[in-house]
Amino acid sequence: MSAQFLVSQMLNGLQFGVFLYLMAAGLTLVLGVMNFVNLAHGSLFMVGAYIAAASFERSESFAVALLGAVVGTGLLGLLLHGTLLARLQQAGHLKQVLATFGLTLFFNELVRIVWGPSSLYMQLPDALSGTVAVFGITYPAYRLAIVGAGVLVAIGLWLLVHRTRIGMLIRAGATNRDAVETLGVNINALNAAVFVLGAALAGFAGGVAAPLLSVQSGMGDPILILTLVVIVLGGIGSSKGAFQAAIFVALVDAAGRTFIPLILRSLMDRSLANAAGPAVASMLIYCVMAIILAVRPGGLFAARGR
Amino acid sequence: MTATTADALRIEHLSKSYGALVVTDDVCLSVAPNSIHALIGPNGAGKSTLIGQLAGELQPDAGRILLFGEDITSTLPEDRARRGLSRSYQISAVLPEFTLLQNVLLAHRARRAHLTDMRPGLLRDPQTVAHCRDALNEVGLADLATASVEHLSYGQKRQLEFAMAISQEPRMLLLDEPLAGMSPRESEQIAALIGRLRERYAILLVEHDMLAVFALATTVTVLVRGQVLASGTAKAIRDDPAVRSAYLGDEEVAA
Amino acid sequence: MTIETALPNPAATRTGRGIPPALFVFALLAAVPFVSTWLGTSYYMTLFSRIMILGMAAIGLNLILGFGGLVSLGHALYIGVGAYAVGILSRYGIVDLGAHLAFMLALVVPVACGIGWVSLRTRGLGFIMITMAFGQMFYFLAVSLKIYGGDEGLVIQARSLITGRGLLETPAAFYGLVLALLAATAWIVHTLTRSPFGLVLSGARQSEQRMRTLGYPLLRYRLAAYVISAVIAGLAGCLLADLTLFASPEYMSWTQSGTLVAMIVLGGLGTTVGPLVGAIVLLLLEEVLSSRTDHWLVIVGPTIVAIVLFASRGLYGALASGRGSEP
Repeated sequence: MSAQFLVSQMLNGLQFGVFLYLMAAGLTLVLGVMNFVNLAHGSLFMVGAYIAAASFERSESFAVALLGAVVGTGLLGLLLHGTLLARLQQAGHLKQVLATFGLTLFFNELVRIVWGPSSLYMQLPDALSGTVAVFGITYPAYRLAIVGAGVLVAIGLWLLVHRTRIGMLIRAGATNRDAVETLGVNINALNAAVFVLGAALAGFAGGVAAPLLSVQSGMGDPILILTLVVIVLGGIGSSKGAFQAAIFVALVDAAGRTFIPLILRSLMDRSLANAAGPAVASMLIYCVMAIILAVRPGGLFAARGR
Repeated sequence: MTATTADALRIEHLSKSYGALVVTDDVCLSVAPNSIHALIGPNGAGKSTLIGQLAGELQPDAGRILLFGEDITSTLPEDRARRGLSRSYQISAVLPEFTLLQNVLLAHRARRAHLTDMRPGLLRDPQTVAHCRDALNEVGLADLATASVEHLSYGQKRQLEFAMAISQEPRMLLLDEPLAGMSPRESEQIAALIGRLRERYAILLVEHDMLAVFALATTVTVLVRGQVLASGTAKAIRDDPAVRSAYLGDEEVAA
Repeated sequence: MTIETALPNPAATRTGRGIPPALFVFALLAAVPFVSTWLGTSYYMTLFSRIMILGMAAIGLNLILGFGGLVSLGHALYIGVGAYAVGILSRYGIVDLGAHLAFMLALVVPVACGIGWVSLRTRGLGFIMITMAFGQMFYFLAVSLKIYGGDEGLVIQARSLITGRGLLETPAAFYGLVLALLAATAWIVHTLTRSPFGLVLSGARQSEQRMRTLGYPLLRYRLAAYVISAVIAGLAGCLLADLTLFASPEYMSWTQSGTLVAMIVLGGLGTTVGPLVGAIVLLLLEEVLSSRTDHWLVIVGPTIVAIVLFASRGLYGALASGRGSEP
């Protein structure tokens, strides 16, 4: 196997990790601060991708498309939170799970109604459609840009959470909601802000992923579940854990996708191996998750013992 | 006070810190069978942390806890109950959707429950039901046996806690501020109950109500800032000048 | 005071008079074959067979979800395992129902023990997410098994035979089997909830810390309940495969798992038969809507949200008050 192949697979893994981090960061914030299980997070990602693809078709501008995705999803998040989800804040996990599940079904069908059942495609922006030389190989510029963007977002989030007043309130709200309320802070406004931030991150992830994936109904569901794996492994509510776990999950996934088809091809005939390869590779990360949780129920980075 | 090998509970050099904050500092304490040992001290002295370590919810950093001679220092909370240690909670923790009888039944069956007890008939066993009714009777809640817990007053829930602790047929009781928040009449009833329980169990009683403490306790330990300030008979502690100035003095002024 | 009146029983008042509402539901279901035949079609028998099968899975899930407080969002995976158990054996010419059920048990029990043990050691939120992830894992497993159809699914030649005979060939006979198994499942779950085992499970939902301190080894109890509910779902899967003569990864999608949860909440968390009622209402709604429009899901989604917001006791739960001991 060539260096080009190996390095580009690993870079793909890194890029996917950054992408998972974008999804996980928003969701873990919502989980940690609001103690709210938002299964519709995958739908927000999907809506972001659709808005980006549709805007790009109209405007031919990647910047507009991405901006549209972020703003559109943020607004959608605000709408959902205000009309519906804030009411479920105290309702317990079961109801939150079920309601957001219902929303997922709704959005999966809504995009089919609005944009039709066939997939949308989005081209890479011209400026980033070439390749660059990196680590001794040539690699698509766009994917590298995603890594860069993700790192910027991670830094930005860290700054927000650790260096601003709002960030301090977010951190306080995550540990002790009542204390924050007695400080005179409007907890509902804080929750809404966190939710919108999470939605915007998901929308950004969707916009950024749109040129790489086929934009279709239900695209958010497998992403959501992987995001949940990342959050569980990284520790619920931990942004830092989300980052580390996202990279870990993505690299395991990349390693799986690289080596499992090869292993399969040596075990069975080519056509079977090619057909089964991707699915077995998809399974790998869940198997790894199971093993990790068997040994450390609190996640990869949790402390053991009382 | 020298400890004897027949002690119900013996705490040896127990220590625990949270970082730089020492919450339990080389605490030694023993409770004889069929006696009441009161643990008193100002707020923040570390009484709750000590109870937590005794119950198994917190792990000490050093020292030993011996229950009737057995080392239970690292035993899980659920196993301590099976070894004979029952506790009541400072904040009432009864099961809100069940009746009083169901609560007591669960407590009673804990030591002899098997996973495969899947026949409803087992809950109707006359001996078991009678035993649970007796426990409720002891605390004065017999008439409410089949009522739902949600209808109980705060004081009644505390009484139910007692019934649950008793029904476990423990050898040792941990009572965490059982009189807190009770009306004078309820306090009297519970204090009388605790007095009766002394005949059957060893009791470690954490309390702020000094009248009750000195009426009931055989021996007393005073805990201040995680350390044992003094330990001895109730009378000796009451007359101890160091204790008076550190703790009791303030109490008497307030009373 | 007799033993009966001293029986542990929530201080709930029965709104029914003597006959529990559950019997009405079963009477309705028993009438379906007759009505269907009278109308000259087997359509309703097929429809209600499917409803009963999913209702059975929902009743099983409710043991851990409504009663035990453990929200499993990956339970449909056991339906899938049951379906594939039938499909795989049939592929190799083993067509006896007994063999199918035995194979299902041989697969479901170890898998449920493993998944249960890993998942139950995490706190509430983690449990939800991990069960979803395991469901997804098995979905990918089914898709990757190209020899058994992969994502196109596995066609089954014929219904399971009982002692070598095609006793289940007619829709009515199959319906009768499903109804009987459904009734048995409901009875088993109901009995469990009123037993000491059930009391511990419910107590653990109400106050985990209290139960632990009392001395109960909760993991064991919850694991046992999890495996029992998995086996029930597996049984439902076998029946589903026999009904549709098909096994597919879609049977274990997380949407299917979510639908089971919706049925439970719609019907009533605290009752045994509630999930069945939820299944009847939800699936009939889907049936009616899907014949009108292709985009019926866009209505089902908000309907589920509405259920969560406004009907939290569930349709059946509102009829029969009290928790756990009402049928």
